[in-house]
Amino acid sequence: MVPIDAVVDISKSDARFLRRLAAEMGASDLSKCFQCGVCVASCPVREIEAEFNPRRIMKLAKLGLKDIVLGSDFIWLCSMCFMCHERCPQDVRPPEVMTVLRNIAAKEGIAPPNLMKLVEVLSENGRVYPLDDFTMDERQDRDLPEVESKPGFVMKIAGAGK
Amino acid sequence: MRYALFLGCTIPARQMNYEQSARTVAKALGIDLVDVDFGCCGFPIEPVDEVKALSMAAVNLKKGKEKGLDIVTLCSACGEMLTKAEEVLEKDEAMGKSVNGVLGKQVGTEYKGEKPRVVHFARMLYEDIGREKIRALVKRPLQGLKIATHPGCHYVRPSSLSGGFDDPEFPHSLDELVEATGAEAVDYMGKEDCCGGSILAVREDVSKAMTRKKLEALSGKVDAMVLICPFCGIMYDRYQKLMADELEKEYNVPVLYYPQLLGLALGIDPEKLGFDVNSVRVDGVLEKVGV
Repeated sequence: MVPIDAVVDISKSDARFLRRLAAEMGASDLSKCFQCGVCVASCPVREIEAEFNPRRIMKLAKLGLKDIVLGSDFIWLCSMCFMCHERCPQDVRPPEVMTVLRNIAAKEGIAPPNLMKLVEVLSENGRVYPLDDFTMDERQDRDLPEVESKPGFVMKIAGAGK
Repeated sequence: MRYALFLGCTIPARQMNYEQSARTVAKALGIDLVDVDFGCCGFPIEPVDEVKALSMAAVNLKKGKEKGLDIVTLCSACGEMLTKAEEVLEKDEAMGKSVNGVLGKQVGTEYKGEKPRVVHFARMLYEDIGREKIRALVKRPLQGLKIATHPGCHYVRPSSLSGGFDDPEFPHSLDELVEATGAEAVDYMGKEDCCGGSILAVREDVSKAMTRKKLEALSGKVDAMVLICPFCGIMYDRYQKLMADELEKEYNVPVLYYPQLLGLALGIDPEKLGFDVNSVRVDGVLEKVGV
């Protein structure tokens, strides 16, 4: 991983990555970012982990520096609190940019294994936390109604492309 | 009033106190919660596969629409995901096509723009039932109880999805709901802060430090924290207990789901409000309100 304060080689810009970003960006728009830093100032993760810098991620992505952006742990650190989304004067929607970057990284096989595993868990159980017999018993004891223990549509959608 | 109840994954398995108290309180308020065969909203896998996440949300929206009922969610992330799916699938044609590709192939169905009203349980209480009705039904006013609310992120943000409901920077609806019980909702710095729960699987240390920040600010200053999302509940309640053991430091901030607090005010037997599931002891709160 490239250290967050390292000088980056701008000539490594990846045109294909930039096209893909543009195609998948949806409502958010990286080109509007003028690097004001309101996202950094609003970020509760940044308060704890000083190296997490959403402004830098926006800029590196805009420059098309795919390997640095996708190879950094930092795209996985956004907690999706949407405070920067509320305050961004340019409506860049950094959390949505993070989701696009994360999705591209996942397709390239470089997502945190814990998160990738969730898709598998859902394809097998239809639920993030399985409703096993033990849990069902407790629900009954609490007079909680029966609920669908393994929603089939969730399993089928999660298992797509297998 | 009837609503389709959206439970999500976490609550029915791990936070039954929220479900139990919400169902009990709804009954006492004359609200009919109908169980529908919903499944995961998609939120947990959005970071790695947005198309699959939106596909799951779309099927849930179809199910709600078919029932002809508004969907009421207990989890703020489920509510946000379903609302977002309605907007994205209306505006992003390419995404709509991808989602219908998955739906056609995997479950033999199609999303045709079904947009049932999706509303958080607390917002439903605030907007549809109203504080006046709640106040009128209070049998045991919680006078003298000092509460710090934790509205959480997805209840009010992004505000573009919630149609101007509440303030994304200084949310107040949950405070007003707390005050309807007779308790005092105190103001404090960082009320709008994130619990950190969504990055627990990625960086546990950062996630726990985010949780600790608020606990340290509130420890010794309030009788309890009140919240409305199971992720926040797991962080502030269960992880408070885990961190207290790890750090040999007691925060002693009881954490209640809003329906648990409301249930006490409505005079409901605490045994029906699932307090035994709470990790941090709530005896102090119960004693103070005289049950």
